Amino acid sequence: MSHRSDTERQSGIARKMLSYNKRQWTENVTGKVIATVCAALLIVVVLSITYFIASKGLSTFFVNGVSITEFLTQIKWDPEGEPAIYGVFPFILGSFLVTTLAALIAAPLGIGAAIFMVELFPNFGKKVLKPVIELLVGIPSVVYGYVGLTLLVPFIREQFDVLGFSLLAGGLVLALMILPTITSVAADSIAAVPQDLRNASLALGATRWQTIWNVVLHSSLPGCLTAIVLGMARAFGEALAVQMVIGNTTKLPGSLLDPISTLTSGITLNMGNTIQGTPYNNALWSMALLLLLMSFVFIMILRIIGRKGLVNK
Amino acid sequence: MTVSTLEETIIRTRDVSVYYGEKRAVSNINMDIKRNSVTAFIGPSGCGKSTLLRSMNRMNDLVPSCRVTGSITVDGTDINSPNVNIEGLRQVVGMVFQRANPFFKSIYENIAFAPRFHGLTDKRKLDEVVEESLRKAALWDEVKDRLRESALSLSGGQQQRLCIARAIAMQPTVLLLDEPASALDPISTMKIEELVMTLKDEYTIVIVTHNLHQAARVSEKTAFFLLGELVEYNDTSKMFTSPDHEKTEAYISGRFG
Amino acid sequence: MRAKIMDRAATVILTLIAVLIIGTLVGLLGFILTQGWHKLNLDFLTSPPDIVNAGGGVGPQLFNSLYLLVLTMLIAVPLGLGAGIYMAEYAPDNKFTQFIRMSIEVLSSLPSIVVGLFGLLVFVNMTGWGYTLFSGALALTVFNLPLLVRVTEDAIRNVPRSQKEASLALGITKWRTIVSVILPAALPGILTGTILAAGRVFGEAAALLFTAGMSSPNLDFTNFALNSPTSPLNPFRPAETLAVHIWKVNSEGLAPDARDVADGAAAVLIIAVLIFNLSARWFGTWIYKKMTSGSN
Repeated sequence: MSHRSDTERQSGIARKMLSYNKRQWTENVTGKVIATVCAALLIVVVLSITYFIASKGLSTFFVNGVSITEFLTQIKWDPEGEPAIYGVFPFILGSFLVTTLAALIAAPLGIGAAIFMVELFPNFGKKVLKPVIELLVGIPSVVYGYVGLTLLVPFIREQFDVLGFSLLAGGLVLALMILPTITSVAADSIAAVPQDLRNASLALGATRWQTIWNVVLHSSLPGCLTAIVLGMARAFGEALAVQMVIGNTTKLPGSLLDPISTLTSGITLNMGNTIQGTPYNNALWSMALLLLLMSFVFIMILRIIGRKGLVNK
Repeated sequence: MTVSTLEETIIRTRDVSVYYGEKRAVSNINMDIKRNSVTAFIGPSGCGKSTLLRSMNRMNDLVPSCRVTGSITVDGTDINSPNVNIEGLRQVVGMVFQRANPFFKSIYENIAFAPRFHGLTDKRKLDEVVEESLRKAALWDEVKDRLRESALSLSGGQQQRLCIARAIAMQPTVLLLDEPASALDPISTMKIEELVMTLKDEYTIVIVTHNLHQAARVSEKTAFFLLGELVEYNDTSKMFTSPDHEKTEAYISGRFG
Repeated sequence: MRAKIMDRAATVILTLIAVLIIGTLVGLLGFILTQGWHKLNLDFLTSPPDIVNAGGGVGPQLFNSLYLLVLTMLIAVPLGLGAGIYMAEYAPDNKFTQFIRMSIEVLSSLPSIVVGLFGLLVFVNMTGWGYTLFSGALALTVFNLPLLVRVTEDAIRNVPRSQKEASLALGITKWRTIVSVILPAALPGILTGTILAAGRVFGEAAALLFTAGMSSPNLDFTNFALNSPTSPLNPFRPAETLAVHIWKVNSEGLAPDARDVADGAAAVLIIAVLIFNLSARWFGTWIYKKMTSGSN
């Protein structure tokens, strides 16, 4: 190799290593900044949702002078009466009842289905049940409401000789809606149980079911609880499907077959018909604030379960 | 500049130590690597040979807990100096990894991607670079009719030669090969070794290998590492016949490793 | 012996549950499709609704749903990609990152009606736009962002690390590596997730009631001026989507064939959701195969 080309190459090496390509550098930094801004936007959105809903929702108490305790515990909702009474207890009760009912129906079914597809028939589970569950997740809530309205409500009406719009109808529709959530999350946590634990139990002479019941379910308990709470959070916040089938009365229900109201249905039905800034309208925003706070509560419960789960492991 | 001042040494390390967190993986390495030669790094796994190799083009920067002390110079420039542009360094010091890692792109795109990024946009010139790189990597005849197919459709050995071609396309000065044949069958391994021998005319090659025969076959200089330390750095012929150090002797004769 | 019987019984019960779930889906789809089948004709899909008389269609609603979907995705996908890239490639292990993670968690568990109300406050009232498609698209962006971020982050994390190393070792900058190497390799995952998110947008109603509104102006489908109130393409006009229409017809439909219209609309919505779901399934696999196969 000639002397000249060596010198040239040598200076070329240093030049390559020391020179910055300004365009590349700018692009690199801009990219990082854009990505960071997008991520930061998530924080901005959450903070502004909290701020705006809270400031509207709190004005019931601080501007219109409604007492918080009365608001939460009064069983009478008469916003257009003289004097107007803003008792949202029936809505709160309705939300909790319908959510609990849905969870009571969906939890055993969902966890059962999860066991079926992980422990009993994994092949069939993967090929058939899993896609079925994913399809169920994809069905829009208004379609669930529509089916509830055209199928379930008339059915209850004929069977029990009642109105049909009821806590029961709401609970069943919601159970169907949260079933896929519970199943898929529970299935993931059951699948995460180490095979060694199962083998140890089976080696001790336990039957398959004893193994599932005592070992698998026991060690996937936090995951199954998470699944149920996630499902309940979804049920609590669901608006239209529920509103379509529960009848929307603010009287307290006496049985499963009585109509009810929920926080979401109250907001859905009245937000459009009330005037911005009136105490009635503000009361609806306070109900929205309650929904928001409840989703914070659900997140906290999920975090606590998650932490417990880690400690156990 | 005269011939006498032109450095024979391309890479020089002085007191180089590499830490992962508190753990020291490589200790006080001093070595000079000669231009246009093949240098082999050998030693049992975990001896720090790959770690040292990866600090020569600063791939260790990817590991947040990793810290390098001492100085590594390439052609007289300290690569860890703040003036050094890491992208530029990696153009000069190319790398091929243990497992072939072609991009999820066509064969052509795998080669053309980096030159285009570094400013070569002329279509005809790119075609030339692609052909030349594939020829140098002894792959051209096998793929010239399927340049638009996915690189993942190639066999494992072909994929690794594609990765070498991809590195060559950058016109680097140094090629770092990190156990390039360890995942390949014997025939593919042989092809890679032949390739290394031909490439040394143009490039300085540093190859990490756990295969002693491979080191003996392809390299002029061999460095033996043990527990993060450079035990012996010697001419390969000397190293495999009468090593200076008894530990080298023990390792080479297969008493441990 | 008792244990054996329990084991048997449990298997039978769990199998029954699985059958029940599959039966429910089949029954649900069957019911909706048979109920709505007779309405699935071109006239129903293209003609405008009639509030009091029979014979109304869902043309504008169908168009609104599709247009809203496009608008939402145009806003949400870039934001989701950006934030997902940040979470997978840049996020350091610090409080800021934890805060973003918590925000994603909060956003994904927010009831959609709450998102809609936030939209009403900010995108409808504060901006002074009133009920508009654009407000609806922004609300749906908020609603879908956590899903898109998660999808992008997961897809990027699933790209083998060696891809990134290969690119960086060639002296490619980090950003270019992300854009030109990692994102293409993550594409199948991102596409699948995005199509599923699109299905959610298409079916969402609660977040739209008070943002895009519950009515549409009389649209003139020959008018393409973006700022004309009767132009279908004007993003600043109110728009009732198909999902909202189903809800409205069921709760306050006056037309004698309101039930019929609801049947038809539900069938259309379900078919759309099926298409989204199946295409997500096939498309992801297909593009992955295409990327890794010989024939290109």
